[in-house]
Amino acid sequence: MTKPSPWCYYLPHLLVGVVIVVELLKVNTFLPRLLNQYFIQIIVLVALNIMLAVSLNLINGVAGQFSIGHAGFMAIGAYVAAWFSVNHGQHWLAGCSGWRLEPLVTTVYLVALMLLGGLAAALGGLLVGLPSLRLRGDYLAIATLGFGEIIRVLLLSMDSVGGATGLRGIPIYSSLFVVFGATLAAVLVLHNLANSTHGRALLAIREDETAAEALGINCAHYKTSAFVIGAFFAGVAGCLYAHYMDAIHPADFDFMKSILLVLIVVLGGGNLWGVIIAAAVMTLLPEGLRQVKDVLHLKTDPRMVIYALLLIAVMLVGRERIADAMRARVWTPFFRGFVALRNRLLGSSAARRKGGDPAD
Amino acid sequence: MDEFSLDVWPRELVSLIGPNGAGKTTVFNAITGVHPLAGGAVHFDGRAISGLPPHRVAKLGIARTFQNIRLFKGLTVLDNLRAAMHQDSDYDLLRAAVRSRTWAATEASLETHAMALLQVFGLEGRAAELAGGLPYGEQRRLEIVRALATGPRLLLLDEPAAGMNPAETQRLMELIRSLIERFSLTVLLIEHDMRLVMGVSQRVVVLNYGREIAAGTPEEIAHNPAVIEAYLGEPHH
Amino acid sequence: MLQQLVNALAQGAVYALIALGYTMVYGVLRLINFAHGEVFMVGAFVGLAALTTLGNWPLPPAALLALAILLAMLGAALLGMTIERCAYRPLRNAPRLAALITAIGVSLLLQNLGVILAGAEPRPYPAALSRDPLPWLERHAGLSVTPQQLLIVGATAVIFVLLYLIVSRTRIGKAMRAVAEDRQAAQLMGVNIDRVISFTFCLGSAIAGAGGVLYGTYCNKAEPLMGFMPGIKAFVAAVLGGIGSIPGAMLGALLMGLVETGVSSVTLHLPLLLPAPGTGSANLAAVTVMAAVSPQALCLGLLSPPATISGSTLRDAAAFAVLIAILLLRPAGLLGQSGREKV
Repeated sequence: MTKPSPWCYYLPHLLVGVVIVVELLKVNTFLPRLLNQYFIQIIVLVALNIMLAVSLNLINGVAGQFSIGHAGFMAIGAYVAAWFSVNHGQHWLAGCSGWRLEPLVTTVYLVALMLLGGLAAALGGLLVGLPSLRLRGDYLAIATLGFGEIIRVLLLSMDSVGGATGLRGIPIYSSLFVVFGATLAAVLVLHNLANSTHGRALLAIREDETAAEALGINCAHYKTSAFVIGAFFAGVAGCLYAHYMDAIHPADFDFMKSILLVLIVVLGGGNLWGVIIAAAVMTLLPEGLRQVKDVLHLKTDPRMVIYALLLIAVMLVGRERIADAMRARVWTPFFRGFVALRNRLLGSSAARRKGGDPAD
Repeated sequence: MDEFSLDVWPRELVSLIGPNGAGKTTVFNAITGVHPLAGGAVHFDGRAISGLPPHRVAKLGIARTFQNIRLFKGLTVLDNLRAAMHQDSDYDLLRAAVRSRTWAATEASLETHAMALLQVFGLEGRAAELAGGLPYGEQRRLEIVRALATGPRLLLLDEPAAGMNPAETQRLMELIRSLIERFSLTVLLIEHDMRLVMGVSQRVVVLNYGREIAAGTPEEIAHNPAVIEAYLGEPHH
Repeated sequence: MLQQLVNALAQGAVYALIALGYTMVYGVLRLINFAHGEVFMVGAFVGLAALTTLGNWPLPPAALLALAILLAMLGAALLGMTIERCAYRPLRNAPRLAALITAIGVSLLLQNLGVILAGAEPRPYPAALSRDPLPWLERHAGLSVTPQQLLIVGATAVIFVLLYLIVSRTRIGKAMRAVAEDRQAAQLMGVNIDRVISFTFCLGSAIAGAGGVLYGTYCNKAEPLMGFMPGIKAFVAAVLGGIGSIPGAMLGALLMGLVETGVSSVTLHLPLLLPAPGTGSANLAAVTVMAAVSPQALCLGLLSPPATISGSTLRDAAAFAVLIAILLLRPAGLLGQSGREKV
């Protein structure tokens, strides 16, 4: 099959790209006028959690590895980027304040920083990925847990990044444009990756490593690459997080955060859209649950108990049964209703032309 | 494995038989690099391959199936094949991420090639189904197709007829015979089903306790007393 | 030097009591029971409740302590069996990741329920035995050994011997070993898998419960999050010794105790050799000096919230470093055997 000429092939890409940039700029300008700061922050956190969750999905869902220390990669990206900004970046950019093009400059700077944070985290991913080649299942999970905790403990004892009191004074460069743009880019890239040779190799490794090796797939190489790529995006998310909050602490990247991400990936069932929805739900849920604390007159936040119960319930009931139940009770009736409505609107002749109900 | 030596010539079909535990799958594992060799060497096409990891061996043109089916049960039939054809892909990570022209062209050709292979085996109707949902006989066939999708020169089949009824075994026999011609293959076969072995092999090697106890044409082996003894125990007096 | 050994022994003994439970459950179920640290914590609280309510009974302190330990063992065993019945048994044939995540969920649930019910603040634990170092040892050997430490080490030794006897001499012990070796074969031989697994949990949890009480009296405090770090360190100990092996768990725990006191004394000397910039490092040095010398070293930092800095952060990191090292160098552990998957 001959390849189409460059122009014809890439024109749709270009058009979509332009549309996305325009829409993001619109969101960036208008959303703050529509919602107050609190809601904006929640939406930003949802976006970042989506990025974190889809990056973990590459490791846990697509490649089938057991990584439960993902917050460690986020921490590396956040701290590396933040340290650089606090000590060097903000001085470089101080001269630009007040310019018309300042947002452009800070955005470009932030993108470069994202790459820096991502690469640092990717290095961490390499460090974790290489030893992981010798470990399977439970042992791998424990090793990744250990890695995440070592990172946290090291950060706690390093005074140069603030230790337990955290790294403060990070300039706030993360605009909605960059955050949503980066999240969108991450989702697109990871989606495309899953539908490529690389992605299929990872899926093969997930299903049966011995068989994959026998087909010529270099499992060591691909497993490591899953960790490296997953860690990269986690680092990017960490960098964006750091530049959205003006301070970060090691406690922001603890085991609970890793577990939350694992829970999201498990709820999402390893497929991209499920993970995205799960990330949104699990970020919005705590905000809703904040009210529960007051209603029950509890001294402490019951969120973790509810997470834990949710985690156990999902594991016991089984994700497939939940997914099947959701499909039967929610999606299919919705889809059927949609199709019926469309048929009614278009008239029965159109429905007959289309050849029957596709929702079978 | 005790002491074992085997030569296989191109376009041959050699069967490896012997009682359970004789070490037949171990031979496969040694060839493909799954088990390290304690001594001795494996040569393929004049090149020493002992000590290479399994994926390197596969890239050199040796493919295998497994005693217990090792399909990618959670993937579709088509994806099982496409996973096997990953060497034929022209694009790298960056091109995959942006879905370049090369990506689109390669994906299309992979799919065409995979469907063509499935057609040879009569499985093209199952392309979109999960491999785990296929009936047993088709799963066995799919494993062979998948091994073929890597474009090998040597095919190692480990008990491909296990669990099949006589009719399926007959079909398998014809299939294997046609494969050698069609794909210019050399086949090394482990089997317990004597019908298949006798009907399809040019040469038979018999293993017991890790060493070869007999070799020759199917007729010679069928009448070899050492072989009969290995399978049935001491002959009655 | 010898003092360090004494401290290490006491430290290792507590870890051993928890590690035994980990290793036994992994042996029969191939599951890392993350919730085990919380069973330890619950045992401590049950003991606390027992000691406070029964404190006014006219019994000698040793008998009170024994009673508290027994009640704690009972409570912990019940909790362990309940967890197994409700959370792990339904997942007996599910992929390992599901059981692992469920275990993590149970652990989080218990920790946070504890925080809600008992408050996050540490509660004082009544001392059962004297905390003063035995005078004659101090005079003759210069060692500071408290009756508490003797009790912990002694109780652990007794429990280990009893456990070893149960596993090697009784029928149920043989059944446990059979299930650990090959669950399907054991089932085919007529072993009641459910009963064996329940018994394993019962035993392991009871031992951890006893450990909780001993630990509580030793450190004079108990809090809902007290199980987290000791749980992880005991797990590392179990892996170090070879998870699934009971002597391995003891060995691993002793080694972990040595590692921890070793790390403490290394960090004791380090600040003297290197300049210590910043207040954090000075604090670290000061605290580790105290940590290395006092027998209460076991308690420092283990009970403080993870976010604050104390002499424990480097010791925690050391535990994880040991874990990673073991997993890389010899995943089967010191006394374990590595299995090969049949292709």
